[in-house]
Amino acid sequence: MSKASIATINPAEAAHFGKMAADWWDPKGSSAMLHKLNPVRLRYIRRHIDRHFACDKCEWTPLEGRTALDVGCGAGLLAEPLARLGAAVTAIDAAPENIAAAQAHAAQSGLAIDYRAEPVETLEAGPFDLVTCMEVIEHVDSPDHFAAALAGKLADGGLLILSTPNRTPASRALLVEGAERLGQIPRGTHDWDKFLTPEECEALLTDAGLTVIDSEGIAFGPGQGLHLSDNKMLNYILAAVKT
Amino acid sequence: MAEAAIILGGGLIGLTQALALAAQGVATHVVERFDPEAMATRGFDGRTSAISSSSMAMLEAIGLGPHLTGTGCAIETIKVLDHLRPGGLDFQSERPGDALGTMYENHLLRRTLFDSAKASDRITLHLGQDVVARRFDGGTAQVELADGSVLAAPLLIAAEGRGSETREQLGITPARWQYDHSAMVSAVYHEKPHDNVAYEIFYSTGPFALLPMLDSDDGRHRSAIVWSVPRDQAPGYMKLSDRGFAAELDKASGGALGTISMAAPRSSYPLGFHHSARVTDQRIVLIGDAGHGIHPIAGQGLNLGFRDVAALTEVLVDGMRLGMDPGDAQLLARYERWRGLDTLMVAMATDGLNRLFGIPGKPASAVRRFGMGLVARAKPLQGFFMDEARGTSGAMPKLLQGIPV
Ligand SMILES: Cc1cc2nc3c(=O)[nH]c(=O)nc-3n(C[C@H](O)[C@H](O)[C@H](O)COP(=O)(O)OP(=O)(O)OC[C@H]3O[C@@H](n4cnc5c(N)ncnc54)[C@H](O)[C@@H]3O)c2cc1C
Repeated sequence: MSKASIATINPAEAAHFGKMAADWWDPKGSSAMLHKLNPVRLRYIRRHIDRHFACDKCEWTPLEGRTALDVGCGAGLLAEPLARLGAAVTAIDAAPENIAAAQAHAAQSGLAIDYRAEPVETLEAGPFDLVTCMEVIEHVDSPDHFAAALAGKLADGGLLILSTPNRTPASRALLVEGAERLGQIPRGTHDWDKFLTPEECEALLTDAGLTVIDSEGIAFGPGQGLHLSDNKMLNYILAAVKT
Repeated sequence: MAEAAIILGGGLIGLTQALALAAQGVATHVVERFDPEAMATRGFDGRTSAISSSSMAMLEAIGLGPHLTGTGCAIETIKVLDHLRPGGLDFQSERPGDALGTMYENHLLRRTLFDSAKASDRITLHLGQDVVARRFDGGTAQVELADGSVLAAPLLIAAEGRGSETREQLGITPARWQYDHSAMVSAVYHEKPHDNVAYEIFYSTGPFALLPMLDSDDGRHRSAIVWSVPRDQAPGYMKLSDRGFAAELDKASGGALGTISMAAPRSSYPLGFHHSARVTDQRIVLIGDAGHGIHPIAGQGLNLGFRDVAALTEVLVDGMRLGMDPGDAQLLARYERWRGLDTLMVAMATDGLNRLFGIPGKPASAVRRFGMGLVARAKPLQGFFMDEARGTSGAMPKLLQGIPV
């Protein structure tokens, strides 16, 4: 894909996330929800890394010798763990402020991550063994172009992990009206109409030449907090491969 | 792998934490202000600790089993008595050999832990070193030592014991009270074998515990004693001659084990209770007595600390396998949730037990005996007490089940 192709990131949304950059790494700041979500996502990612690349679950660096791309990396909440797991990580975000915050933090953590303020459509790198894309597809202007761009960055035999909120009354009530109003997620983060159901998302990925091999819900329970579940009403995470 | 944590304090809990992480392949620094060689002697620490079977399962899972076998004395029955009156409670293990706990001499535990830590290439020891500064800015926790060197790691684990300076620096003020009691600790020889029975005898002046030990090398029967008395009376007892003190012990034990004589020097400790609901902060976690100190009435202080170690090891190893920073706030929050209820319950139960038995007078004694009779009849409650003694209640960390993380 060349730089000439249309970037699908909506500029107004990119600016909004940029404002949050400085606050990203504060576990009690406006990204508190993301910090809580991170271990849940990572558990799913690790499970599929072990399965897909036949790694032992006790290995510290199962991604050693492999490349990874995190699309919509924010300030590096996911890119840093992927680097610690041994991957050579490239991480991209449309907001330069996020990338600046991510670079500063990675330096502090002593991690070498190739951060770029660039949309996936124009990225000249890859293909990658692992591509991750957490809560991004619901923000882009044309999800089908975006899905094709993700698939284009995946190496043959590569693994894609993607998560996104479901379009249900429950997610509308909780994410858009509830959490944003209560200040748990910054206002204006979500546009519910752009949310995809698991079926719609799978269809997009299939059209892009990928095979969805597994999906799970990310649910919230008062006792357990956020956790992996069969219940996909709120949010789901899936694994897809390029064969 | 670079050190994942700096552990402050090379006491029983700090060293166990370092070894538990090392067994999973995680490297740490350990800073201890004293010389552990000197700490691993009977003169420095003459106490004996009851190790629950779940704590033992963990020590075995981290590879200390071979060093400890044969050095501890199993408790097969715990007899709880009120003023030596009949109607006490007996706790018995279901199968012989399935001990309720095992008595180990602290100096032997310290020796085992220290030798294993020295031999581990994943533990860097900084001994005879005091901490002059702690900093938690940015991506690491940093500790400056007296010799000017600076250690840095993603996480600081404070295992500094009751007077934890880290806890003070954080401004964590634990709920705390001093009991008006001191515990006198020693070991005794006695005429009759103890048959692996531990006695917990409640007097209105305070509880008295006799805990079975292995026979001495020259074949004499031994038990450890923990005797709490009102604080103002302790100096009087401490001044007694060995023979005079032994005579007092004869009375307190009601002759259960025959004539008693002293087998070790006496020491006395003021008893206090402290409990912090908050045991974490940015890149810091408190474990062992730094986070909680309880009345030694149930002999659970060290075991609570071992449970901290098991839970923290599992949380950190789990998180690191996901690529997380060991100092990540989510991991520390998980640890705090996991341990919070357990330490508070044990602390309150022990404190309640002590208060219940600390009230003088006939009616109180009747209430106590009624209480004991009730517990003796109520199977589930008895199960709870037994599990507490064994340390198997609550959601168990893997290490306490003897399973590597
Ligand atoms: C009388 C009595 C009887 C007991 N009996 C039992 C029993 O039978 N069973 C049981 O389970 N528990 C028992 N306990 C409780 C048990 O002893 C403690 O819970 C246990 O020792 C706590 O271990 P720790 O490593 O957390 O703390 P500590 O043993 O206090 O160790 C802390 C270490 O940190 C070092 N340190 C502190 N600050 C610094 C610093 N800034 N820099 C460097 N080093 C530092 C200290 O020198 C020390 O070595 C008893 C307690 C008492 C008082």
